[in-house]
Amino acid sequence: MKSLAELEAIRQKMASNVSMRKDDHATRVVIGMATCGIAAGARPVMSAFIEEIGKRNLEHVSVVQTGCIGVCRLEPIVEIVNPDGEKVTYVKMTPEKARQVVAEHLVNGRPINEYTIGAAE
Amino acid sequence: MDMVRGHILCCGGTGCTSSGCEAIIKEMEKQLAAYELDKEFKIIKTGCFGLCALGPIMVVYPEGAFYSRVKVEDVEEIVKEHLLKGRIVKHLLYEETVEENGIKSLNETNFYAKQMRIALRNCGVIDPENIEEYIAADGYKALGKVLTEMTREEVIDEILKSGLRGRGGGGFPTGLKWKFTYAAEGDQKYVACNADEGDPGAFMDRSVLEGDPHTVIEAMAIAAYAIGADKGFIYIRAEYPIAVDRLQIAIDQAREYGLLGKNIFGTDFNFDLEIRLGAGAFVCGEETALMTSIEGKRGEPRPRPPFPANKGLWQKPTMLNNVETYANIPVIINKGADWFNTIGTEKSKGTKVFALGGKIHNTGLVEVPMGTTLREIIEDIGGGIPNGKKFKAAQTGGPSGGCIPHSLIDTPIDYDSLMAIGSMMGSGGLIVMDEDNCMVDIAKFFLEFTVDESCGMCAPCRIGTKRLLELLKKITDGKGTMEDIDKLEELCYTIKNGALCGLGQTAPNPVLSTLQYFRDEYVAHVQDKVCPAGVCKALARYTIVADKCKGCSLCSRQCPVNAISGKIKEPFVIDQDKCIKCGACMDSCKFGAIIKN
Repeated sequence: MKSLAELEAIRQKMASNVSMRKDDHATRVVIGMATCGIAAGARPVMSAFIEEIGKRNLEHVSVVQTGCIGVCRLEPIVEIVNPDGEKVTYVKMTPEKARQVVAEHLVNGRPINEYTIGAAE
Repeated sequence: MDMVRGHILCCGGTGCTSSGCEAIIKEMEKQLAAYELDKEFKIIKTGCFGLCALGPIMVVYPEGAFYSRVKVEDVEEIVKEHLLKGRIVKHLLYEETVEENGIKSLNETNFYAKQMRIALRNCGVIDPENIEEYIAADGYKALGKVLTEMTREEVIDEILKSGLRGRGGGGFPTGLKWKFTYAAEGDQKYVACNADEGDPGAFMDRSVLEGDPHTVIEAMAIAAYAIGADKGFIYIRAEYPIAVDRLQIAIDQAREYGLLGKNIFGTDFNFDLEIRLGAGAFVCGEETALMTSIEGKRGEPRPRPPFPANKGLWQKPTMLNNVETYANIPVIINKGADWFNTIGTEKSKGTKVFALGGKIHNTGLVEVPMGTTLREIIEDIGGGIPNGKKFKAAQTGGPSGGCIPHSLIDTPIDYDSLMAIGSMMGSGGLIVMDEDNCMVDIAKFFLEFTVDESCGMCAPCRIGTKRLLELLKKITDGKGTMEDIDKLEELCYTIKNGALCGLGQTAPNPVLSTLQYFRDEYVAHVQDKVCPAGVCKALARYTIVADKCKGCSLCSRQCPVNAISGKIKEPFVIDQDKCIKCGACMDSCKFGAIIKN
């Protein structure tokens, strides 16, 4: 270890890894993984989220599963809940859309309106 | 770094290891692979969570679901339901965390809510075998700060100002110790760490070393910089194999990352560490005996002065601190002495870790701010006494400490309050006793320990403790006289005044404090020949209640010495002269006709 900067670099690299275990409320990517969701292809969507979030080394983002929300015809459904509890619901997701949501919504903070439940209805 | 969806934290402390966490981790690996989840989840073997009574413990993040008393056959259900489908398996959770709509965070449960974790901040949170996880938890930041931004004097000032006192038991101001060693003349100086935790029932230091070994390494490097040392020793007992392993892994990793070795953080500060194993002698926890043992000699204490600050290891200035003391140092440097000062009482700053044991629900490890009352620790955090029994006394400080009776349960726990009531903080063992414990027997237990562990160097300890034990045995055998109680007391003071080191000087404390608060129990043993708690065998008397006895002869067939006789269908009798008080008859009787008093 030759400098504080070197230490800080390791800290940054690891931060996203351990932040999951803290109690502070992170942004949550909630994926509907009931039978309907899985049948509609929720698992590849989740894998895409995990892969993309990992690639970008995003801190304070966690991916969690949930059950059926009731609008099975719009599955796979993904909700992004920010730390204040505000929620954006994406419907009919695909791995490709998932990658775009990570880039636009999670990184740049701009929800993609055309994929949301509001646009679909 | 690959993103994983969840972390599965499994406690790998000694407590959970003995309740089978290894098998559970193996099963979890197998099940994750079977359900193709092994890339999405990461298993992390952590140090102790503190709730050893509920082990093996498994916590799944990001939900923070706290599974307790996990069995191998539960693992598949957790994987299938929780990890695969996202449905937390409520019936396997620690019941206190279950709420109607979801789960409560662990920090909101009674056990954790009143705790404040400074020394244990990373235990049960990080992987102790991965230095990068420690770095992510602000590890080695304090070392970087002192080496690049602070002078040696500033570091010592900060520790002095924090009011931190030695956590090994004595409570000597840590900053002063650093200052004395800094000021001592010598071409070579050493730092050392006392991890020879020998008190029966104490496992604070073990848990810190198992759960967060890097914090001790970092703190020792900071101390070495402050006093001007370049070499350190950690003296740890060989009975702690997991702690020794993890410590060695941590030292190797620190060397690999250049956090031990030459020119740390690009400065001209060099420091390296070595582990020395203790062979299990209690006296080697005493500072001078510990140093003699590190030097490779028989572990015997030496007279002080000269103090180790001037003449320690190989007659060079040496600074010895306890594991828990060190664990506080990086936090004090990072957050500042002023922050540390706000925690605790006027003369005892910060927190203290206690190993809760004995007759208590939540056996385990707790860390509370100084000044927390014994009642809060036992009733709120510890969950009270099991089986509806009444609290009788708590023993702190192990063989060097004393008992706190029920009348003093609201005593705030800090160095000075405990000293004032004839006990001591000690290293942190806290053994809870209920009405079924005989206080004379407890004193005898601790004396047996000190007699075993006396190194034999000075007569007051070698001969004195032996005589103390003989007197106690005489009393518990029902052969004591009132004169013996006075002799006992007098001998205690003789040993206290005459013994060479801390072991002997404090050895009579368990006798003195039980005499102070439970003299009536001693008197009952001597005058009435009765053990009020029914513990002392020689004073016990088994009798058959004629009204309840059906004359089935089962007890007489169980009795190993043929002390029970009678006619079938008529009440049997126990011959008291033959009875060896084994209790086999009482266990066998189906009608509750045999009583003990």
